[in-house]
Amino acid sequence: MSTENKYPMMQISFVLNGKACGTTIEPRELLIDVLREKFQLTGTKRSCDVQVCGACTVLVDGLPVSSCSTLAAEVDARDVQSIEGLSQHGQLDPIQRAFVEHGAMQCGFCTPGMVLAVKSLLAQDPHPNEETIRHYLRGNICRCTGYVKIIEAINDLASRHG
Amino acid sequence: MLPPRFELHRPSTIEGALELMARFGDDATFYAGGTELLVAMKARVLRYAHLIDLKKIGSLAEIHLNGSGGILIGALSTHHQISCNPYVITHFPGYAALSENVANIRVRIAGTLGGNLCFAEPHADPATLLCALNARAHLVSLKGRRIINISDFILGEFSTAREDGEILTHIELPPLPHGARAVYRSFGQQERPTAGVAVVRTPHATGPEWKIWAGAVSSRPLELSLVTEAVKGVADTHVIDQIRVQSEVHAETLEIHDDAHGGADYKRHLISVLARRAAEDCLS
Ligand SMILES: Cc1cc2nc3c(=O)[nH]c(=O)nc-3n(C[C@H](O)[C@H](O)[C@H](O)COP(=O)(O)OP(=O)(O)OC[C@H]3O[C@@H](n4cnc5c(N)ncnc54)[C@H](O)[C@@H]3O)c2cc1C
Repeated sequence: MSTENKYPMMQISFVLNGKACGTTIEPRELLIDVLREKFQLTGTKRSCDVQVCGACTVLVDGLPVSSCSTLAAEVDARDVQSIEGLSQHGQLDPIQRAFVEHGAMQCGFCTPGMVLAVKSLLAQDPHPNEETIRHYLRGNICRCTGYVKIIEAINDLASRHG
Repeated sequence: MLPPRFELHRPSTIEGALELMARFGDDATFYAGGTELLVAMKARVLRYAHLIDLKKIGSLAEIHLNGSGGILIGALSTHHQISCNPYVITHFPGYAALSENVANIRVRIAGTLGGNLCFAEPHADPATLLCALNARAHLVSLKGRRIINISDFILGEFSTAREDGEILTHIELPPLPHGARAVYRSFGQQERPTAGVAVVRTPHATGPEWKIWAGAVSSRPLELSLVTEAVKGVADTHVIDQIRVQSEVHAETLEIHDDAHGGADYKRHLISVLARRAAEDCLS
């Protein structure tokens, strides 16, 4: 089998966790591999590989996408946020803090995707009710089934003023 | 897993996309959100040397009012964009609600209506309600344009009336008659629907007309036309139960198969339950 690449490579530049960056990719490369291997950002987890589980969720222009099924070429000229970009100056994001305070994680594998999905939800709707929270997170699966604590953490965030 | 290698083309016009398709033929396919295509390519079920991305053609993602109360939805509109669109929410609230319930938030953000219809996976939601709403597909190729009913567009499992060189550009929803209501209800235990039922109630001088379509249960959406006949002239106070019973009777005659989503009997039962619930919503 030939491994020679006869297809043209592509240059992409994008903002990653607040910093401008660029790289050269094959058109078929997936965002998750570029994040994990080229940028060493291994907080983004691969699991189902078919957009069902949510473990690989990152935000592109503030909206959640499955990085396992998104071509890296798609993020050219866009803004990408992975879990590593959430804390500021060594301080956890309020969502991360709420997850810690409520013990909203067990093995932690789904947590990066879960936290980023919540980030996007609260940016659109700072005070969602529980039905909205459950609907939005339908595609983020926690195989430890730690949902009660996760919902508690988000309810807490949603009930805060400001 | 990585898909096999390909070249990615990003034309900014429909003509550009059609010309690329004419040049590469069977080696090429159109690429929208990629939610079906990339999964199938990663699994080596599909293989193409050229992907023609349609997302740089801005006009294909627009949603416009079309006449009084009708709308024209660009095929590259995502389920998420459709669910948030003020025209869709105002004129077809049942369709906005359907779009908000497709898959999960990430698939709604990437996946387009056009991709959903062109892929024609039977366990899908939009086609069922679009059939009940008499929606039409607008197609364009180097040979010209044509418009066909969505009910004629979906031919079966992964099969549509679209020819290889054609782009689905728009989905046209004709205005609903004054006072009409359209509701979609679905149920599933897995990601995709096991069954979905669309009900449209249209008031007429001679009494309301009820139109019912069932989807995801067969290779393409099916109209339960016997129910429409059976409940003609039935008063609203009695119609709900009639719709449930008649849907069950008609569903018995439909070709419905067992699959991973459930047995045929179970799906027939779901049709009658969902038809009743959707009909109740039309009256509420
Ligand atoms: C996890 C998961 C859950 C899902 N759940 C549901 C569900 O509950 N209900 C439901 O209805 N659907 C569901 N889907 C299907 C989803 O709606 C579709 O995957 C999506 O809408 C397809 O659009 P796309 O833009 O990603 O298509 P792509 O994957 O980009 O394309 C699909 C096919 O259509 C062709 N194509 C795309 N656009 C055009 C066009 N404009 N003209 C001509 N050809 C075109 C492509 O060549 C390709 O063959 C689910 C999908 C996933 C992955």
